[in-house]
Amino acid sequence: MNPSTVAYQVMWNRLISVVEEQAQALVRTAFSTSVREAGDLSAGVYDVDGNMLAQAVTGTPGHVNAMADAVAHFIRRIGRENIRAGDVYLTNNPWEGTGHLHDFTVVSPSFHKGRLAGFFACTAHVVDVGGRGFGADANSVYEEGLHVPIMHFAREGEVDETLLHLIRGNVREPGQVIGDLYALATCNEIGHRRLVDMMQEFALDDLSGIGGFIMENSRRATLERIKALPREVAEGAMTVDGFDRPITLKVRLTIEEDRIITDFAGSSPVDKKGINCPLVYAKAYACYALKCAIAPEIPNNAASLAPFEVTAPENTIVNAAHPAPVALRHIVGHFVPDAVYDALDKIIPGVVPAEGAGCLCNFQLSLRPAEGATGAVRAEVLSFNSGGSGARPAHDGLSSTAFPSGVMTMPVEATEHAGPVIIWRKELRPDSGGSGAQRGGLGQYMEVGAREGHEFDFSAMFDRVKHPARGRRGGGSGGATTIARDDGTEMRGKGKQFVPEGARVMLALPGGAGYGDVGQRDRAKVRRDLARGYISAECAARDYGLSETEIARVQEAVERGEEAQ
Amino acid sequence: MATTTNRLGVDIGGTFTDVVLETDRGQFSTKVLTTYAAPEEAIIDGMGQVCAKAGIAASQIGQIIHGTTLATNALIERRGAKTALITTQGFRDTIEMRTESRFEQYDLNLELPEPLLPRQRRYTVAERVDASGNILIPLDLAEVERLVDRLAEAGYDSIAVGLLHSYANDVHERMIRDVLRDRMQDAMVSISSEVSPQMREYERFNTVVANAYIKPLMKSYLSRLEGRLRGEGVTCNIFLMHSGGGIISLENAAGFPVRLVESGPAGGAVFAAHIAARYGLDKVLSFDMGGTTAKICLIKHQTPKTSRVFEVARSYRFKKGSGMPISIPVIDMVEIGAGGGSLAHVDAMRQIRVGPESAGSEPGPACYGRGGDKPAVTDADLVLGKLDPENFAGGSIALHPDRSEQALTHVLGEVLEMDAGEAAFGLAEVVDENMANAARVHAVENGEDLSDYTMIAFGGAAPLHAGRLCEKLGVDRLLVPPGAGVGSAIGFLRAPFSFEANRSVYMRLSEFDPATITGLLEELRTEATGFVRNCDENAEILTEYKVYMRYAGQGWEIPIVLDAAQATAPDAKTFLALFEADYAKLFGRSVKGMDVEITVWSVNATTPPEHVARVDAAQAAGPATPTGQRPLFDPALAKMTTADVVRRADIGLGETVKGPAAITEDETTIILPASRGAIRQADGCIDITRTKDTP
Repeated sequence: MNPSTVAYQVMWNRLISVVEEQAQALVRTAFSTSVREAGDLSAGVYDVDGNMLAQAVTGTPGHVNAMADAVAHFIRRIGRENIRAGDVYLTNNPWEGTGHLHDFTVVSPSFHKGRLAGFFACTAHVVDVGGRGFGADANSVYEEGLHVPIMHFAREGEVDETLLHLIRGNVREPGQVIGDLYALATCNEIGHRRLVDMMQEFALDDLSGIGGFIMENSRRATLERIKALPREVAEGAMTVDGFDRPITLKVRLTIEEDRIITDFAGSSPVDKKGINCPLVYAKAYACYALKCAIAPEIPNNAASLAPFEVTAPENTIVNAAHPAPVALRHIVGHFVPDAVYDALDKIIPGVVPAEGAGCLCNFQLSLRPAEGATGAVRAEVLSFNSGGSGARPAHDGLSSTAFPSGVMTMPVEATEHAGPVIIWRKELRPDSGGSGAQRGGLGQYMEVGAREGHEFDFSAMFDRVKHPARGRRGGGSGGATTIARDDGTEMRGKGKQFVPEGARVMLALPGGAGYGDVGQRDRAKVRRDLARGYISAECAARDYGLSETEIARVQEAVERGEEAQ
Repeated sequence: MATTTNRLGVDIGGTFTDVVLETDRGQFSTKVLTTYAAPEEAIIDGMGQVCAKAGIAASQIGQIIHGTTLATNALIERRGAKTALITTQGFRDTIEMRTESRFEQYDLNLELPEPLLPRQRRYTVAERVDASGNILIPLDLAEVERLVDRLAEAGYDSIAVGLLHSYANDVHERMIRDVLRDRMQDAMVSISSEVSPQMREYERFNTVVANAYIKPLMKSYLSRLEGRLRGEGVTCNIFLMHSGGGIISLENAAGFPVRLVESGPAGGAVFAAHIAARYGLDKVLSFDMGGTTAKICLIKHQTPKTSRVFEVARSYRFKKGSGMPISIPVIDMVEIGAGGGSLAHVDAMRQIRVGPESAGSEPGPACYGRGGDKPAVTDADLVLGKLDPENFAGGSIALHPDRSEQALTHVLGEVLEMDAGEAAFGLAEVVDENMANAARVHAVENGEDLSDYTMIAFGGAAPLHAGRLCEKLGVDRLLVPPGAGVGSAIGFLRAPFSFEANRSVYMRLSEFDPATITGLLEELRTEATGFVRNCDENAEILTEYKVYMRYAGQGWEIPIVLDAAQATAPDAKTFLALFEADYAKLFGRSVKGMDVEITVWSVNATTPPEHVARVDAAQAAGPATPTGQRPLFDPALAKMTTADVVRRADIGLGETVKGPAAITEDETTIILPASRGAIRQADGCIDITRTKDTP
């Protein structure tokens, strides 16, 4: 080992820090709520061939792994010979970016000493791209909004005003969208500056040396993990609600000596509505699920992702081809890990969790003045919320916590400043965690209305209404999603629905499923759950067999603010 | 007789309680072990020691300023009182649901930290205020009374009240407080609109809960302390250092104990700011490295950077999101798990990783010979020649280089095919790079370029690593002040009486309302000034105005400083111009055509900074006399060098030392890389500058 190997260790650390700075710059300058409050973004650095070298820890898995493939598309489309210093490229192409038109991916070449040294790329979800607005209702991608194919955002530092003009004219919140595009370009610029500093400090002319070091060590570490697994084949499946007919995801996992193949053959065909998923996004979540279970601490880069191969027949719901509508591709994408785990559990038992809420429980409100109202306004408000995650082999599921997505919820007080919306309730939903030796995470209750003088369209993006999370190894199901108006009027789990002035939407978001036999549950935890109200007295008696005396003892302790021991 | 020239600074830290007495005849300090069961005992002990050294009686002390980690520890160790939360119906679980995200995305077995209060201690009442402060559901007093009677029956010691949008309208919180005072006289009450009137319910509720949770404990500690000090003959006032780097009265501290969190590190930043003032430095990076963590803070114009929210009790490798947010004015610092005791291992990618696991004091680094078999930063420092095995901690702890080599070889070398020396080099480079990265990211987040900064290093391990850190950061000048081992306690003595009051009130520049603004700022000024008046009835008080602004739609505000004229006669145009200039500085450009909004208003009242005498640059007076030489590894040259060894005490005014060199003292060693040279200044600072390019 010579000192240069110590230097490579330092440089790898530095590259990860560089992309983290890039991501933080995006969080601070972005306008879109989903980026700034929820962390729905990704940032990374690539070698001259478009192989990802490092990626920011900040970000969400769907973007992370999908963006890994994007830069190669940019190099191909722009043409290597046309790449100049100061250029910035962008696209929101679902198939060459990160899966739907709402995500813009921006790529900037990084030049050092007059030569191309690599690329920076970042992705963010923008607030609007025109079309029908964010929701499942479109019949093709053409209805979902403006498509910007891979092209220049700036040529040698000169921003393309025609493009901006065109975008401005086609989206509902032009200021915010344009602001976000600039934020994306700026964050790449910050990454670039820091990379050049690093190359100067270490007297590098190019990134081939450090790139090789990263790739070699990542590949070896990943392959070691794969080699340690049994060479087996297993199948898994999961059915969820879909738009108006159920969707089945089928997974066949094949573990070979140096790769894992995830094949989605047999999954449902493309849907008529915008819940289809381009392969790149399904692949992102399949890789994420496997990495979590097998090689969680190995950083994402081209070499550590390469051994995870994903295939799906064209025109299945996980490999929707153009022009299928894909706006809510996250719904199917977020279910991919549960489907993959159904198969993986058969190969390495005792590692993966039971099924959870899966997809984020999002909704968008389009608020407008009710007839005759004065002082009312129009506003679009997007809200991210989470159900419960599945119980783990040795731990309860996480209540109202996103998995597999990495996004955060927005504070209610911030949401109520963003538009004339009132969130009347947002709290845990007792009894929604599936029973078991380990209990599923709780879902949550929400009640959503508008300020006086407003009515709204409620764009629902929920699942698990008819297909709650299934338990593993004897664990019980999680609570199903319910949605209705406060007067009892039924509502659908997906699609745009009108809510008149004064009415509220009552939501019960799904819980995670349980793990293992309920009889094995630690009695102290049952009493604790009852004391805290994670489970009701009825549930404690029915599912966990707590006696009346025990229940009374707990309830009496609760009156004193205690938990019975 | 008590005289204002005798001032005592006391910092209770995790391991040591540092006591500094300043008199007109000089500074006297001591370190005694923290006495966890009764922390005031260590203070009495330390005070006795320094008074004896100075030859004065306790009754002659004119002022005592105290900072403590007790509040932080009570939160980390969950040793608070039996506390209940009263909140808005529908929001019982806000402090448990957090941000609904996982702070570590790839850990399937991740556990989230438990909220301070379990669910059965969180109660709700029907009421609702909207974002503009309008009442949607009025509070029913009868319901509150019934609830309070239940709480009394349950025997709670402390009650937190946190209602939705109470920063915009606090009437319901005040009504509940009145009922509590009336029907539950023995319980302590904290309301969120007083403790932390800021938007974002999770942070605000958590802050008021934390305040309520530690209030009985801190109140009892502070009154015990006062009693013990009086018993020793102390007659002077006792003040507390707060998280924002200023001083408040004992009484106010007992009411808002959450403001005492991280007061020790805040003192360190004030200490560095004072050194910056002595040297007239406008851009300073303070670097404080101890046994388990390193803290880095930006100090501009001799004022530490502040923030409105921070995270305490991080439970998972110091990872962001794994602790609990506290929204109070605080000195903005990055803290990472990198200290002398931080342990190294090799990960799956054959990368050396250092920290945050620490060897602590037991067993300590391998070289202590107390059974530690994993290599710590101190082991690498020893093998690289940065420490003298015979003279560590003034010779009180004998170090064993062979144990260090063994641990380095076994844990790192055998995996990576390195000898002990190379492994030590790798370990030291990784930990230095970790700290450099933390500093870089912090600088970028604040729109700063570190290359024109000066570093001020203190804390036991900092002088060993600061030189290399400067090389990595491109920082040309480094000051190592004397007394660095008790820097925080000295900082307490430099801090002003101050209090920052702030509040969330949304206003778009397109709806700019000067009358509301002047009213609001005046209200905040009165509140902040009241705290300072509590410390000193007559002192001159300076007022600093700050507003937090952003483009409407963004989630990240940037602080904009207003001068008195701009605050008393506000106009939208000026606000916009100030914002655009700062935004462009931070992010390279401003955004045209977007409305701008103000989200938070803040007023800091402070006594004027004490006059600091400038230190005149010393004239070079020839090289200091080394006591010998020893081998020292130079990381920039990547090879062993022969370094002069100089005792700090032997360096006369203006005498110089040329790197590579080791400047030794009892508490620490200053390592001068080959690229640096040092000169001793009049105040005892070792002033280190770049003399040649780092290769």
